[in-house]
Amino acid sequence: MKRESSRSKVLTRRALILAGGKLALLGSIAGRLYYLQVAQSSRYAMLADENRINIRLLAPPRGRIVDRFGVPLAVNRPTYRAVLVAEQAGDIPSTLDAVATLVPLSDSDRRRVLRDIRNKHSFVPVAIREDMKWDEMTRIDVNSLDLPGVSIEQGLIRNYPFSDSVAHVVGYVAAVSEDELDSDDPLVELPDFRIGKSGVEKSYDLELRGTAGTSQVEVNAFGRVVRELAHEDGMSGQELVLTLDMALQDLAARRCAAEGSGAAVVLDSWTGEVLAMASSPGFDPSAFSTGLTPAQWQALVENPLNPLSNKAISGTYPPGSTFKPVVAMAALEAGVITPDTHFNCPGYYDFGNIRFHCWQKNGHGSMNLRDGIKHSCDVYFFEVSRRTGIDRIAAMAKRFGMGSALGIDIPGERPGLIPNSAWKKATFGVPWQQGETLSAGIGQSYVLTTPLQLATYAARLATGRTVMPRITREAGIFTPEAAVDQVDFPELAISLKDLKLVTDGMAAVVNEPGGTAYGARILDPGLAMAGKSGTSQIRHISDAEREHGLPKGKQVPWKDRDHALFISFAPVANPRYVCAVVAEHGGAEASGGSAVAAPICRDLLTMAQKRDPARRVPAEPFGGTTLVQN
Amino acid sequence: MRWFYDITRPERSLAVKLVNINWTLVALVTGIACVGFAMLYSAANGSWQPWAERQLLRYAVAVLLMLAVAVVDIRLWLRAAYTFYALTLLLLIAVQVRGAVGMGAQRWIDLGLIQLQPSEFMKIALIMALARYFNRLTPEEVGQPVKLIVPALLVLVPAILVLKQPDLGTAMMLILGGGAMFFLAGVRWWKFAVILTGAAAAGPIAWRFLRDYQKNRIYTFLDPENDPLGAGYHSLQSKIAIGSGGTFGKGFLAGTQSHLSFLPERQTDFIFTMLAEEFGLAGGLGLLALYSLVFFYGYAIAFRSRSHFGKLLAFGITTNIFLYVFINTAMVIGLIPVVGVPLPLISYGGTSMLTVMFGFGLLMSVYVHRDTRIGRHGDVEH
Repeated sequence: MKRESSRSKVLTRRALILAGGKLALLGSIAGRLYYLQVAQSSRYAMLADENRINIRLLAPPRGRIVDRFGVPLAVNRPTYRAVLVAEQAGDIPSTLDAVATLVPLSDSDRRRVLRDIRNKHSFVPVAIREDMKWDEMTRIDVNSLDLPGVSIEQGLIRNYPFSDSVAHVVGYVAAVSEDELDSDDPLVELPDFRIGKSGVEKSYDLELRGTAGTSQVEVNAFGRVVRELAHEDGMSGQELVLTLDMALQDLAARRCAAEGSGAAVVLDSWTGEVLAMASSPGFDPSAFSTGLTPAQWQALVENPLNPLSNKAISGTYPPGSTFKPVVAMAALEAGVITPDTHFNCPGYYDFGNIRFHCWQKNGHGSMNLRDGIKHSCDVYFFEVSRRTGIDRIAAMAKRFGMGSALGIDIPGERPGLIPNSAWKKATFGVPWQQGETLSAGIGQSYVLTTPLQLATYAARLATGRTVMPRITREAGIFTPEAAVDQVDFPELAISLKDLKLVTDGMAAVVNEPGGTAYGARILDPGLAMAGKSGTSQIRHISDAEREHGLPKGKQVPWKDRDHALFISFAPVANPRYVCAVVAEHGGAEASGGSAVAAPICRDLLTMAQKRDPARRVPAEPFGGTTLVQN
Repeated sequence: MRWFYDITRPERSLAVKLVNINWTLVALVTGIACVGFAMLYSAANGSWQPWAERQLLRYAVAVLLMLAVAVVDIRLWLRAAYTFYALTLLLLIAVQVRGAVGMGAQRWIDLGLIQLQPSEFMKIALIMALARYFNRLTPEEVGQPVKLIVPALLVLVPAILVLKQPDLGTAMMLILGGGAMFFLAGVRWWKFAVILTGAAAAGPIAWRFLRDYQKNRIYTFLDPENDPLGAGYHSLQSKIAIGSGGTFGKGFLAGTQSHLSFLPERQTDFIFTMLAEEFGLAGGLGLLALYSLVFFYGYAIAFRSRSHFGKLLAFGITTNIFLYVFINTAMVIGLIPVVGVPLPLISYGGTSMLTVMFGFGLLMSVYVHRDTRIGRHGDVEH
C-alpha cells in the first residue's frame, strides 16, 4: 500500500510538470497568434489583397491621325483572332481538326496551340489564329456551335490607309522595346500595346496613347477571375490633325517615287503649315504593327536608298545654285554690289592659281544681278561671293533658316551646315580659304541643307518674314468658317527692296525665255511661280576630265550623279505656296535642277493653288471624304 | 476466467453508468465538434456538401461509440490493450504491404465501405498498451533499464513504420505521446537526458533517411519565404490567411484566402487557418480555450481515478489530444514544419474522428469507473 501511494505521488508530480509544459506550449501558440493577427496584421492583410486582387489594364484605342481636311492617315483596324478555351473544348485534337476545315491551320500552328494549352491553365484562352480575314472570321463564327470552346476575340491594330505615301511624316508603331519598358505608364506592359517609333506617331505618342482603363478583379489561387470589384473606363487617345493635304501629299509622294530617291516639301508660307512632305522610297508602316519578319527588316535597313529615312528633314544636301539668292541678299546688304553692277563671264574665273568654271562653258558675257540669277551664272556669283565674304553670307543664310534645326515636331530633323570662318578654325584648326568662299557662294563646299530648310528659305524669300514650318493643326480639322489665313510671323531683318530685286530675278528664272527653268513655267499667268534651280555636284571634276569631255547623262554611275534641286513659290504676284524638291542623283543632265526638280515644283504648286483653302473649300475631295460641298 | 467473471459482473446497471458519465465533457466535445461543422460548411463556400453533412453523420456515430466505450468496464479495456495494439500493428503492416497511395503517402487501407488509417488508431492503442505495461511495474522495476526495453519497442516499432509511410506528424505524436507515458510512469530524468543526447547524436544519421520532401519541409520551416511558390507555399499562405484575419476576423463565410483556394487543404489539416481568418484572434483563442477546458477535465478525471491504470490512461489520452491540438496549430501558424496532423473533432476525416472519440470514450470509462480498484494484473482488488 505504501509502495502504491509513492507510485501515485510520482505520477501526480510528473503530471503537474507535464501540465506546466503544456500550458507553456499553449501560451506560445496564443502569443504567435497575437503576433500574426495583431502585431503583423496589416502586413498580412496587404499580402492577402495582393494575393487576390488583380488589376487588369484596358488598353484605350489609339488616337487617329488625320490630314487637314479630316482624311484619315492612321486608323485602328479591327482584328479578329480565334481562341480556344481548353476546359470548354472537350476533345482538343478533334476541335482543331474541325477548325482546320474552315481556316488554314499548319502543323506548326497546331503544335503551338497544343503546347500553349499544356503550359497554361485550362480556362485561359489560347490563340489559334491571329489577324484573320473577315471571311475566315465569319466562317468560324457561323460554325461556332460545332466548335466547343472556340470563340472570336476582337482587337485593334494600327493601320495606315495610304501606306508608303505619307509613311515618313506619320511614322509607325511597333511593340514596345526593352528600354521603353521603364516608362511610368503601365500601358507599356500590355502585350498588345504598340508604341510610336517614328514620325508624329513617336513625337505625339503620349497624346495619341490615351489613358488606360482599369478593371479590378478578384482572382482565385489559379488566376481565374471570380468577380469584378471595380471598373474604370480609359480615355481613348486624342485625334491628331496634321497640316498635310493628303491630295497634295499623294502627288508629291508619287512624283518623288518616280525619281527613285528624293524629297519634296510644300509649305503654306502664310501659316507655316506643311501641306506636303514626301520622301522616297517609302515603306509600308502597317507592316510594323503586326511585326516585321527579320528578312523584311533586313531588306529595309540594307536598302541603299534608305527607305526608313525621312529625307525631307534628315537628308542633308549641298544646295547648289538654289543658294545664290541668299548670297545676293548678303551682297546687297553689305553694299558690295548694286543691282546694276556688271561682271563679265568668260566661262571661267581665275582665283590665285586656281581656275573656277562656270556651268556654261562658253560664258554668259556681261551679267548684272537679275541676269546672274536668271541664268544662274557661276562666275557672277564667284565675284559676288568673293566681295561679300563667307561670314556675311553665313549670317544671311542663318536668317533664312539654314544651318540649324527648325524644330518641326517630327523626330530625326538634322541641322545641316552653314560654314563660316570661325567654324572652319574650330573644326579643322586651319583658317578659312577665300577659294572656299567661291564654292560656298554657289552652294557647294561645306554647305548642307535639308529639303525642309530649302522650303522654309523659299517661304522667307516669298514673304520677307521668319516663317516657321509646322506639321500639326491646333485648330483641328480645317473649316472654312475658322480658317486662319495668316500667322503673324515677325519680319526678317532684311531690306524689302533688296528682297524684291532678288525675287524678281527668281521670277525671271521661270517665266522669261532664257531663264534656266523656263521650260517648267506655269502657263496660267494667275498661278505663275518663281524659282531657282540647283544642281549640286557631289564629286570633284578633275581637270583631265574637263579637258577630255565629261561623261554625259546615263553614262555617269548613279551614285556619282549630281543632285537636282529646285526651290519655288507661287503665285508670283502675291506669293503664298512654296515648294522645294531634291532629287538625289537626279542630275544626269547638267541642268538637272531645271529638268528634273522644277517640273515637280510646277505640278505641286499648280495643285496647291487650285486647292487653295483661301477659297474656303478644297477643290477636289480626296480619299472619299468631303467636308464642305458647294 | 475469474477475471472475466469479476469484470462482467455488473457492479451497477447500465442506466446508473450512463448517469455517471461526465455529461459536461460530452457537451464540451460536442461544442468543439459543432465549431468543426460550421468551418466545414464555410470551407464548402456555405454548403453542407461535401463535407459538413458527412462529418455530422460521422460524429453522430462516434458519439454512440464513445458512450459505448464509456460504459464498458475499465478492466476489460486493460485486458484488451495488448490485443488491440497487436491488431493495429498488423493493420499498419498491412498498409505497408498493400496500402493505397493517397497524398503521396501510404496511410489508408480500403475496406470497401470505409477507408481506415491504422496509424490514427495506433495513437490510442499505444497509450493503452503502455498504460497496461506500466501499471504492472513496481517503482523499483521502473528503475531497471531492462524493464524499459519492451515499452521502448512498443513505441519505436509503429513509429518507424509510420515514418516509412512516410508520415512525420504521426511518428512525432507516437514518440512524444509514448515519451509522456514513460515520464508519467516515473522513469528517471537522467534516462530521458541519455535518450535525448542519443537522439541528437543520431539526428544526422536520421536526416539521411528522410525523404526529400521532408527535408524540404524542414528547410522551408527554417526560411518559409525563401520559396513562396514551392515548398513554402502552404506555410506562407496559411500565415497570410491567419494574419489578414486580424483581431475579430473577416466574418463567417467571408474568409477570402480560404475561399479563393489560396489555402490548400482547408477542410483538413489547415482548418484552423480558416477559423482564424474568419473569426480572427478572438476565434482562435476561443477555440484554444475550449480545448483547454477539455484538457482540464481530462486532468481532473485522472486525478479523481483511484487506479494507477486509470490515471495513466487518462493522462495519456489527454496528452495525446493535446499533442494533436498543439502540433496542428503550431504547424499552421508556422511554429513547426508542416506535418500532417489533423485538428481533433474539427478536421474533416473519418478515422481521426473515430480515434479521437474512442479516446474520449476511454477517458469517460476512467471517469465512470473512477472508484474501481485495479491490481497489477488487472484483477479486482478488495
